[in-house]
Amino acid sequence: MKILVTVKEVATVEDEFEIEGTAIADQYLGADLNEWDDYAVEEAVQLQEAGLADEVVTVTIGPEDCEQTIRQALAKGADRAIRVWDDALEDVDVLDVGAKTDILEAVVEDEDPDLILTGVQSGDDSWGATGVALAEDLGFEWAAVVNHLEHDLDDGVASVRRELEGGVEELTDVELPAVLTIQTGINEPRYASLRGIRQAQRKPLDVQGLGDLGVDAAAVEGAVTLTEMYEPESESDVTVWEGGAEDTAGQLAELLREKGVAP
Amino acid sequence: MTDVLAITDHRRGELRDISYEIITAGRELADETGGDLHLAVISGTVDEFAEKLDRDGVDAIHTVDYGEEFNHGVYSQAVTQLYDELAPQYVLAPNSVNGLDYAPAVANELDLPIVTDAVGLETDGDTLAVTREMFGGKVETTTELEGEAIVTIRSAEWPVAEGTGDAAIDAFDVEIDEGALGSTVTGFEEVGGGDVDISEADVLVSVGRGIEEEDNIPIIEELADALDATVSSSRPIVDNGWLPKNRQVGQSGKVVTPDVYIAIGISGAVQHVAGMKGSDTIVAINTDPNAPIMDIADYAIHDDLFDVVPALTETFE
Ligand SMILES: Cc1cc2nc3c(=O)[nH]c(=O)nc-3n(C[C@H](O)[C@H](O)[C@H](O)COP(=O)(O)OP(=O)(O)OC[C@H]3O[C@@H](n4cnc5c(N)ncnc54)[C@H](O)[C@@H]3O)c2cc1C
Repeated sequence: MKILVTVKEVATVEDEFEIEGTAIADQYLGADLNEWDDYAVEEAVQLQEAGLADEVVTVTIGPEDCEQTIRQALAKGADRAIRVWDDALEDVDVLDVGAKTDILEAVVEDEDPDLILTGVQSGDDSWGATGVALAEDLGFEWAAVVNHLEHDLDDGVASVRRELEGGVEELTDVELPAVLTIQTGINEPRYASLRGIRQAQRKPLDVQGLGDLGVDAAAVEGAVTLTEMYEPESESDVTVWEGGAEDTAGQLAELLREKGVAP
Repeated sequence: MTDVLAITDHRRGELRDISYEIITAGRELADETGGDLHLAVISGTVDEFAEKLDRDGVDAIHTVDYGEEFNHGVYSQAVTQLYDELAPQYVLAPNSVNGLDYAPAVANELDLPIVTDAVGLETDGDTLAVTREMFGGKVETTTELEGEAIVTIRSAEWPVAEGTGDAAIDAFDVEIDEGALGSTVTGFEEVGGGDVDISEADVLVSVGRGIEEEDNIPIIEELADALDATVSSSRPIVDNGWLPKNRQVGQSGKVVTPDVYIAIGISGAVQHVAGMKGSDTIVAINTDPNAPIMDIADYAIHDDLFDVVPALTETFE
């Protein structure tokens, strides 16, 4: 069985930042492996360790810069990686769900995996829709927000738990091939070992352009444009206590005593 | 093509709040497009649901009597067929765990753009502007698109619709291809029970990822001891196994309403806030003065928890 994991490098923002136009100014941005994808990679690697998967392949849409993030996934045990990038993607400000789906569909057609794992959402733009849209596109089955997967995949069926709201979980059987969107907490993602990091340097990382995949450049333009970005207006009337930790702790203690909740 | 079709949400025999909120969002949008607001209620006791959903501003309710509980295949097929029949301009769906399990599939099937987790909607009839958040609520954005679209709506952003309406209720004749339903719901389970019920606590000392390591959890426990309070947490703490599931506050954890909620090293992501915004007094201790938690906090300390928390504990010893 082959597993394909979508891996995204997400932008992280410092506490203090400035917005330039419709983006956060570069100097306030960092980059990291998307939290939810980290759990998806771990789940795939565990399936491989359980002897169920022969190969774990990652796919990332992103520029060369994100190769260090891809290597993180390889260091945690994925076998090889595909990175898709193209000049046509350079100027796209929102890569919307439809555009991502078109690109990923082409990769899936080349790779022909039995199981695709994606994160539930990405930490920066949090669309939360790509996995399910991709499944529909491929004619695969799917399940969103999966926080448990039985590792026997009996008779080509994945028994999963979907985490609903309010502490309720839904038990669902999903026929393979399928796309599962993975929720945090499904496992405990490993840290990459030094050995893993060394090995990751030698693992194949294949770069593909839209032309290689047979994807029309027009497909990536998407239907959605970003027209504004701003800091949300705070309606709060929060009282901020100032001073050193002793002072602020003292003010909080006073409040708690006033409220009768502290001795 | 000016109508709005809004899909309602229910679970285990109960309509969920978002079903009444989506009526308000849908009505506002339909007023701007000059069209009608259609609701759909799919699976379960649809006639009973339809009666409850018939609130002010709803023009038509389409019931799809097929199956008991949510199945994404049934929902996708039903919404797609409703779309073909009604030709609405916009389809609204809840940004719930189930909404996200079918809305993207419908969008793909119908070749419509999808925008998720909307907190605001505006249209001049052609262009739809959707307000949504990025970076866990640090910034708000406007995204625009032309023509038809499917949008998922964040819960608790629009008020629930009130008043009795006089909608036309009709049974929609759906054709479900059972061969295409490759997933089967086999049951439900409540999780997060156990010894402590944080939803009963008067004072919660709640810890988030700012605590950095499991070894640091005791400083939170010491504070809770000193205050005779209960320890709760945001999701990452539970994901890491540092506290049990029954301590998790939020959308997929517990809803709490204590007299005092002290959020320590918690950013205030929407899924966390969903569980604690009803607290009487909210105190935030966070190094980031722009963290979204500050929007709902009554009192705040913009400082390092490793300095503030021990100092606070000390004042009670
Ligand atoms: C479907 C779904 C369901 C979810 N359900 C839930 C849920 O039920 N409950 C929940 O909580 N989350 C839930 N989440 C996750 C949620 O989106 C956030 O990821 C999570 O709430 C973040 O937790 P946090 O605030 O502890 O961590 P972070 O967002 O990482 O915030 C840590 C905060 O600590 C501050 N900090 C760091 N160091 C210090 C220091 N030394 N002193 C003081 N402050 C410091 C930082 O400034 C930051 O604000 C869900 C997500 C999804 C997609």
